[in-house]
Amino acid sequence: MIQIVKRDQPSRVVFFLTPVLAILLTLIAGGLIFYILGFKPFEALKFFFIVPIADMYGFSELLLKATPLCLIAIGLSFCFKSNNWNIGAEGQLTFGAIVSGGVALLFYNQEGFYILPIVIFAGAIGGMLYASIPAILKTYFNTNEILVSLMLVYVSKLILDYLVVGPWSNPEGFNFPETRQFSDSARLPILIEGLRIHAGIFLALAAVAISWFIFYKTYLGFQMKVSGFSLKTAKYAGYKGKKMIILVFLISGACAGLAGVGEITGPIGQLHREISPDYGFTAIIVAFLGRLHPVGIIFASLVVAITYLGAETAQIFMQIPKYTGQVFQGMILFFLLASDYLLFFKFKFVGSKK
Amino acid sequence: MHKIFIRSFVSSLVLLFTLTVGAVAKDVKAAFVYIGPTGDHGWTYQHDVGRKAVEDAGFKTTYVEGVPESADAERVLRQLANSGHDIIFTTSFGYMNPTNKVAKEFPNVKFEHATGYKREHSNVSTYAARFYEGRTILGTIAGTMTKSNVIGYVASFPIPEVIRGINSFTLAAQKVNPNIKTKIVWAFTWYDPGKEAEAAKALIDQGADVIAQHTDSTAIVQIAEKAGIYAFGQASDMDKFAPKAVLTSVENNWGPYYVDRVKAVANGTWSQKDTWHGIGDGMVVISGLDSQMPADLQSKVKKLQADLASGKVHSFTGPIYDQKGNLMVAEGKTADDGMLAGMMTYVKGVEGDIPN
Repeated sequence: MIQIVKRDQPSRVVFFLTPVLAILLTLIAGGLIFYILGFKPFEALKFFFIVPIADMYGFSELLLKATPLCLIAIGLSFCFKSNNWNIGAEGQLTFGAIVSGGVALLFYNQEGFYILPIVIFAGAIGGMLYASIPAILKTYFNTNEILVSLMLVYVSKLILDYLVVGPWSNPEGFNFPETRQFSDSARLPILIEGLRIHAGIFLALAAVAISWFIFYKTYLGFQMKVSGFSLKTAKYAGYKGKKMIILVFLISGACAGLAGVGEITGPIGQLHREISPDYGFTAIIVAFLGRLHPVGIIFASLVVAITYLGAETAQIFMQIPKYTGQVFQGMILFFLLASDYLLFFKFKFVGSKK
Repeated sequence: MHKIFIRSFVSSLVLLFTLTVGAVAKDVKAAFVYIGPTGDHGWTYQHDVGRKAVEDAGFKTTYVEGVPESADAERVLRQLANSGHDIIFTTSFGYMNPTNKVAKEFPNVKFEHATGYKREHSNVSTYAARFYEGRTILGTIAGTMTKSNVIGYVASFPIPEVIRGINSFTLAAQKVNPNIKTKIVWAFTWYDPGKEAEAAKALIDQGADVIAQHTDSTAIVQIAEKAGIYAFGQASDMDKFAPKAVLTSVENNWGPYYVDRVKAVANGTWSQKDTWHGIGDGMVVISGLDSQMPADLQSKVKKLQADLASGKVHSFTGPIYDQKGNLMVAEGKTADDGMLAGMMTYVKGVEGDIPN
């Protein structure tokens, strides 16, 4: 007989093993789905997870795709660790892109080394400003940050729509909804000639390093951790809760804003209506799959990024509907949450009593 | 011995010939990049109908659906160009810059971009349809069938393509009924059944008894069906979604063009061009006319269709005035393609301002 017993303390080993288990279960379930749909499961999985990154170009595309996911997820981990549910990273990304894009457009016909730093800085400020709205409303008016940050996503997309259709649209662009192309000085440098991988990856790596330092080496990180476990304890310990809420939202917003900068000054090179395929939402999966740990998030962002690339390859070579990529993302999160059960409970084999 | 040699020589020649011809005619592979799902019954659906026509003509095709206009488009294009496709159709405006960028890297692959204007490299062509000709037909029907003299129009984005459609529609309606007014609601989406339905309801509240649309879903015709008023199908024949409301549909018919272009690649005759085809070339098709339309209107519409096809009638024939009464096109003149391509002012009879 098997008995389910509550653990005295969540297991640390299981804590880092469940994401791996979730990925394995996703692969098995995915293979099963392919089989039911009438595709060869192993071939389909090969086109999904191996073929897209089998060469240098594919690998560089993986890094390109993982960069914004990693950057946003790092920012979100500040919020999530401290019990602040920022669901609106997509909006902070969009607003950051709007502000930095606006600055880049001011310099559209100029060259100069000073342009790019200003553009990047503007994007971080834009993301912070936008994230400060739910933070301030939460701290001073007790509003629910989940709702506010989520609704602001749609507001930001409408602002972007308005700008690219109206005042910022390219004067030579026949009124199509897009801005001018940015000047080369406002573009992130390409790292390897012929590929799209750009300097934005250093921003993500810096965020990983800085967040690791803050989480594990500073008093602030400790405060965040305590607040995450128990708000009451944090209060009892005398932590300034309001200050921390605003701080983690600002960090989160800055990261999302920088991810937006990376997209528009990296591969896109202009503003138009669709600058992000919902990176801000997907990054929530990445943050949890990475266990809110900086190194975990690196791996998680690579895993999730490959579901995007794989979905394209699988459709091109095997005519598998591209939307299966989203099914995979959903399954990873589902299995992760499900296997978290193992964190708090364990199976015990006991001899049957007669 | 001699005979055998000749025979084998002849047969190998035949074999070689079939191989070469086969290789030229059938080995061309075409790829299609779609913005939405193939089941949207609108824009993407019609492009996919065109792709199937290419398959039926004996060519291999590949498609990728739901490709966002973000940084991802470029990767999909490069992957298609890299995996043995000879011609790639990119079927949304937002793919314009990625199309031109990837085209530069793959000079041997042909690129065809729908609704754009940039042809930066000799292997990039652009194509679009003169949908406004279809809207001349719809305007004629709407102007005749309305009783309230208020015609509703659900528009997507304030770009020349859409403004041109509104104007063409209104001019035709005025011709048969000088008292009509066209009321516009901007949905700011190409495909969002919820928003489109809201827009249609708002127009019905303002007294519209015929509604036209420049968005892709079937929501509007279904709302019209419930309200007992008339509507027109967009992109595909939407009659089956609202049999009473839909008087006719303007269908996007890409198949002939796609087959033509893929064959041109096979024959080695493909060259860069900018295509803008209408009813005459069969890129714009008017679906069957509903039996609720009076017989004289039906015959009038059929004649108009033939005249638009032959070029005898032009959708924008002067005198045309803008909302303020300024002359846009003089009497006896027709608007040239340059004017049509950049059209950003309403004609007289359209209510409201273009949002900016």
